[in-house]
Amino acid sequence: MQMHETHNTIAVPPDGARLRTPLIKGVKTYTQLSDDICRPVEGKANKWWWAAFTLSVIAMTWGFLCIAYEVGTGIGVWGLNKTVGWAWDITNFVWWIGIGHAGTLISAILLLFRQRWRMSINRSAEAMTIFAVVCAGLFPVFHMGRVWLAYWVLPLGNQFGSLWVNFNSPLLWDVFAISTYFSVSLVFWYMGLLPDLATIRDRAGLAGRKTMQYVYSWLSFGWKGSARDWSRFEEVSLVLAGLSTPLVLSVHTIVSMDFATSLVPGWHTTIFPPYFVAGAIFSGFAMVLTLMLVARKVLNLEDYITVEHVEAMNKIITLTGSIVGVAYLTEFFIAWYSGVEYEAYAFLNRATGPYWWAYWSMMTCNVITPQLFWFRKIRRSLVLTFIISIFVNIGMWFERFVIIVTSLHRDYLPSSWVMYSPTFVEVGMFIGTMGLFFTLFLLFCRVFPVIALAELKSVIKQIDERPENERPH
Amino acid sequence: MEKKYWKGLEELHSDAEFVKQKNNEFAEALPLEDVFSSKATNNSTTDRRDFLKFLGFGVAAATLASCEAPVKKTIPYLIKPEEITPGVANWYASTYADGSDYCSILVKTREGRPIKIEGNPNSTITKGGVNARVQASVLSLYDTARLRGPLAAGKAAKWDDVDQKIVAKLNAVNENKGNIRILTASITSPSTKKAISEFTAKYPSAKQITYDAVSYSGMIEANKNSFGKAVLPSYRFDNASVIVSFGADFLGGWISSVEYSNQYIQTRKLRGTTKMSRHIQFETALSLTGSNADKRVAIKPSEQALAILNLYNQIATLAGSATVSDKAVPCAKDIKAAAQELWAAKGKALVVSSSNDTNTQMMVNAINNLLGSYSSTIDLDNHCNIKQGNDAAMVELMEEMNKGEVAAVILYGVNPALTSPKVDDFKKGLAKVGLKISFADRADETASLCDFVCPDHNYLEAWNDAEPKKGNYSLAQPTISPLFSTRAAQESLLSWSGNKMDYMTYMQENWKGTIATTQSLTFDAFWTNSIQSGLYTAPNAPATATTAPTVDLAATASAIISNPAPKGDLEVVFYEKSGIGNGAQANNPWLQEFPDPISKVTWDNYLAVSPKYAGDNGLVAGTVVNLEANGQSVKLPVLLQPGQAYGTASVAIGYGRTHAGKAANGVGANVYPMISVVNKAFHMMAAAKITKTNDALHEFAATQTHHTMMGRAIVKETTLAEYIKNPAAGNAPELIQTNFGKRPSEEVTLWNEHENPKHRWGMAIDLNACIGCGGCVVGCQAENNVPVVGKDEVRRSREMHWIRIDRYYTSDMNEERGHEEHKGTKDVMHEMEVPSENPQVVFQPVMCQHCNHAPCETVCPVAATNHSSEGLNQMAYNRCIGTRYCANNCPYKVRRFNWFSYTDNNKFDFNMNDDLGKMVLNPDVVVRSRGVMEKCSMCVQRIQEGKLKAKKENRNIVDGEFKTACAQSCPTNAIVFGDYQNPDSEIAKLEKDQRAYHLLGELNVQPNIIYLTKVRNTMSNEA
Repeated sequence: MQMHETHNTIAVPPDGARLRTPLIKGVKTYTQLSDDICRPVEGKANKWWWAAFTLSVIAMTWGFLCIAYEVGTGIGVWGLNKTVGWAWDITNFVWWIGIGHAGTLISAILLLFRQRWRMSINRSAEAMTIFAVVCAGLFPVFHMGRVWLAYWVLPLGNQFGSLWVNFNSPLLWDVFAISTYFSVSLVFWYMGLLPDLATIRDRAGLAGRKTMQYVYSWLSFGWKGSARDWSRFEEVSLVLAGLSTPLVLSVHTIVSMDFATSLVPGWHTTIFPPYFVAGAIFSGFAMVLTLMLVARKVLNLEDYITVEHVEAMNKIITLTGSIVGVAYLTEFFIAWYSGVEYEAYAFLNRATGPYWWAYWSMMTCNVITPQLFWFRKIRRSLVLTFIISIFVNIGMWFERFVIIVTSLHRDYLPSSWVMYSPTFVEVGMFIGTMGLFFTLFLLFCRVFPVIALAELKSVIKQIDERPENERPH
Repeated sequence: MEKKYWKGLEELHSDAEFVKQKNNEFAEALPLEDVFSSKATNNSTTDRRDFLKFLGFGVAAATLASCEAPVKKTIPYLIKPEEITPGVANWYASTYADGSDYCSILVKTREGRPIKIEGNPNSTITKGGVNARVQASVLSLYDTARLRGPLAAGKAAKWDDVDQKIVAKLNAVNENKGNIRILTASITSPSTKKAISEFTAKYPSAKQITYDAVSYSGMIEANKNSFGKAVLPSYRFDNASVIVSFGADFLGGWISSVEYSNQYIQTRKLRGTTKMSRHIQFETALSLTGSNADKRVAIKPSEQALAILNLYNQIATLAGSATVSDKAVPCAKDIKAAAQELWAAKGKALVVSSSNDTNTQMMVNAINNLLGSYSSTIDLDNHCNIKQGNDAAMVELMEEMNKGEVAAVILYGVNPALTSPKVDDFKKGLAKVGLKISFADRADETASLCDFVCPDHNYLEAWNDAEPKKGNYSLAQPTISPLFSTRAAQESLLSWSGNKMDYMTYMQENWKGTIATTQSLTFDAFWTNSIQSGLYTAPNAPATATTAPTVDLAATASAIISNPAPKGDLEVVFYEKSGIGNGAQANNPWLQEFPDPISKVTWDNYLAVSPKYAGDNGLVAGTVVNLEANGQSVKLPVLLQPGQAYGTASVAIGYGRTHAGKAANGVGANVYPMISVVNKAFHMMAAAKITKTNDALHEFAATQTHHTMMGRAIVKETTLAEYIKNPAAGNAPELIQTNFGKRPSEEVTLWNEHENPKHRWGMAIDLNACIGCGGCVVGCQAENNVPVVGKDEVRRSREMHWIRIDRYYTSDMNEERGHEEHKGTKDVMHEMEVPSENPQVVFQPVMCQHCNHAPCETVCPVAATNHSSEGLNQMAYNRCIGTRYCANNCPYKVRRFNWFSYTDNNKFDFNMNDDLGKMVLNPDVVVRSRGVMEKCSMCVQRIQEGKLKAKKENRNIVDGEFKTACAQSCPTNAIVFGDYQNPDSEIAKLEKDQRAYHLLGELNVQPNIIYLTKVRNTMSNEA
């Protein structure tokens, strides 16, 4: 209530009168900022949260039951066959990994580029990254026929003789790329949380909530807020940002090599690394938008996540979406230009074969819809952005499905050409990872500040352009 | 008396205390009190730490004990049998003769269990060839549906009781002069025939009737009429330079197809010669033979006899003989062309027909006579005994039974309640027979109607002999003691005739008096030799001059014209599939899952119609129709079969079993009852009517669902004329565009070569010699413990076969034609997916290509698949974690994944789900577990065995001394296994052959499997 009064009493200069659009709306004091952002952590969850959480947990449980059934019975409970050895499993894996690209990109690359608008979104985007990678990681693990031996992909010393992993295999590169990405992202994210966790600890102390204070003092690793703490914090942030930046590019590059280094027509394509990275950022931003637009509404963070944020992200979506579109066209050109009949057929089959609907869904969602963001009205419309972000998520899922299934189902020898369709177990697993993702995200919203409080405090200072006497005290 | 030692003086004195303690296990007082009393707890020396130690140990020990894998005990030989060395296989020569197939075989036994059937290379008839059914027969030995002992009135009984009752009843019948009928399949065994004659001597009212489910009695009758010899001739396809076949599927099941396959291919291999036979096939259904023909003409079954008449007239005209009356047929032009080719090859020509009509076969005889075939390609002197059935006798038997004139019937090797046309008549008749005895190995459709079932041994448990061809003898010996309480059928007959001799002795006695007299060795030596080799060929009797047929051809011709074959809206033919055959072995899951060589469908029979006919009649693939013919009706799904003559359909017999066992029961529909009976002869065709049902579309379990090569150079082929001009015709090397122009793919590589210090194994597959029969598929399955996955899993494209035969049809569309017609690439590609109405067919066996630059090897994260120093792409199952990346990256798609556990899993209730069926497993090959990838190992266990043998004998490996299972089982030797590093090996020579190529050569994965181009002897004016 107090916040609204502040709104009314302080005159905000019109947009045009400022040098740049403020990164957050309204006039906030440090206290207000802390209040607003810590509220979801300190307060009680509302109906909507519980409804969403229940739904997510149900979906997650269903997914884990499907996994248990699959592990207990055999991969045969999926719809795969002798020709199509991967389908929903790896599609979902690449999709989730792609979604997990935005967080680190936002926090690391945009940090290095000093894009301060990222501060409102980087925390939740990073969280999303981590949860998406967790979901992604389930698929390559549980797609193994003998998942109980999954640790064999790690280069561990063993007593099996001279057995060692095969460093030629892109799947092994995946193991390293994803585990590195996951651990660096996790550290980066958690480190950024330290000052904010300390804030919650201190506020809990003031409010007399002993348990909460105790828990958060553990979680904040004894953050004191001293100059030394801050100096180390800044240094480590930069180092981790430096470390993460190449990872953003390398993870999806390596994921793309699962396909690019193979000889399956439609997979064996040198364009894959940049095309996959662009696609990953594309889908990652779309997912960030999808979640963010809901979260800002549900958590009352409209002032912190503004239309400006949305617009900035929509621009990136348009850019990466266009890169992806060009890549699609290039693939087709090369398929024809290469003169390789298998390659040419693979692409013809994508567009006109039995899975044409998947291909055209992908084209519509990924190439056509993001182009709508050329219109300022559309890219500043929250509703349309939300809808388009969903389209992009769907389109990017189909992209991976198209690449994997339509390439495999008709490769070299027509005698082995088959069709593939999923079973409820595969679909259930996918729904389960959705459930897992949202369960984690919803818990995150209730446990950690969804906006980087400490960082954000550094921008309100900068943008308060009011005369001294009008500023709140 | 035994000495007695005392434990002490106490015992000597029988001390009261001692006596009391003596029976107590714990003679000294146990300190239980100390441990459990509260006093003890307080003063216990077991302190808390010790207690925790004990507790920890106890928990750990209990956990460990519960983790232990279940122990399966193996019982070692107490006294080692002299001939069995664990781990070393014993081979026995034997014979497979079940009344429809004959093969001389070698049986591999391990630790006393037969586990594999291979062809006997010394056989003068089959020459080492075997077909899928014979290979699979080893699994039928371990069939759980086999009877454990005799049945009386459907209940388990004892042999003595059964014998007593049967003899009593037979005697009663004999006294009442009741008719006894012994209904048998064709019997090639001279000793069995003797046993039967002994039985008929004891019971004079007994008569033997020979009945074949697939009958050739028309031919036998025709030869009797034409030449006075009521036999089937021996054919010499290898002597023929022009072969014209009217519906005879002589490569796929007709009479002695293993023999014919080998003969046929002799003139088609093009090794060091450019001579090749010319083969023209007139047929209704697309058969294995038709798909190998150089020219194939689709005709209706009702046209066959007329086409033969026309051919006779054409040839008679060329020969200047008298013609007979005929009737126009649509294929007249092709008949005329065929006549000219036959006449040009006079003396080296052969005409065969599948017809069971005596008149038609007499016309065929007349044609062959005009062509001079009887001196070269047909041999009536050394006639073939494989089929001896007499349809008329069977028809008469059914009439007799229905009239109640048969008092007792004994069924041996037949199952007429399944296979008989007019099956209801048979069943009704059978019910009227007082005493019904069957020798069937299971309570099958007929045996379950019988009073007594006296199960015969499986042929692998029994002694027997065979004379498949006059003067060519073949012996069968037991390779395992009978698994169940069964008894040789011959012994049963003998014992009922009062002869208590065991069959082996009986057989020896029979040979002593007859066959042994044709040679000069002592009987013991002769017997040992014969048993050892499984064969004995008597000196040829002097050939009698073949007299020209003395029949009135004009009358025969007018009989054909006036008595036309059944005609109707839809003419349906019934045929035997290469796998299931006549259905006797239908409960063999290997055969059920064996893809039909043409349709590639498993676990089903179906109504095959041409795609055009289907389109015209509103049928699509899988439409379930009601087929009505000869008063019977069954529901069958429609299969679109290119090459099927328009207006005709074909359905396989041998399906629709109800009493065969768990694998066969309910699979497909039985169409035997629809077989037409014309003039007391069984014709495998009928005029039929189909009506669509409202059933949901049937989904076939097919291993191949895409049928054309899509313009890709997968099977490279050329014509004989081109080949003569340039042996490398059709085998253009794959070129890769580089900065330096187009280069052969081998030159464009980033890979290092593998070193092969000693051997580099490989196989060469001659696509001209491969007839596509699929015998190798079953051979591989038996050798490598390949699991059966069932109909549903095949529908999901998850069959596990390590070797498959790809079958491609030609399409009317190709890129050139599309270009001419200004069609877009998309339309051209879509039209290329559609096979021609009467396509040319190619077969290509594909197994792991054992690439030297293997795409699968690089992508496995755990190096479970890797390269051996001998060029093998090997699979370490124990290391596999099941990512399936290797399978995705295999351009040949030969890798097979264990989607489920296929052993001890009730969902896969086939031979690997019971201890009996598991006896067939090859102990040299591991049974793969769930979640691992598997594939062809190039029979590495055989390579290893061969290498060790050579090493022990301190010599080099001789080319061809061991072979992979597929190469071994190939009846046409299309697959050659060998070592490329051995310059004298056949494969090293074939590698340099100008026909040799690598499949998908442009990928430069450098396979160790090479293919030799297919060469067709087509005329320039034929497609």
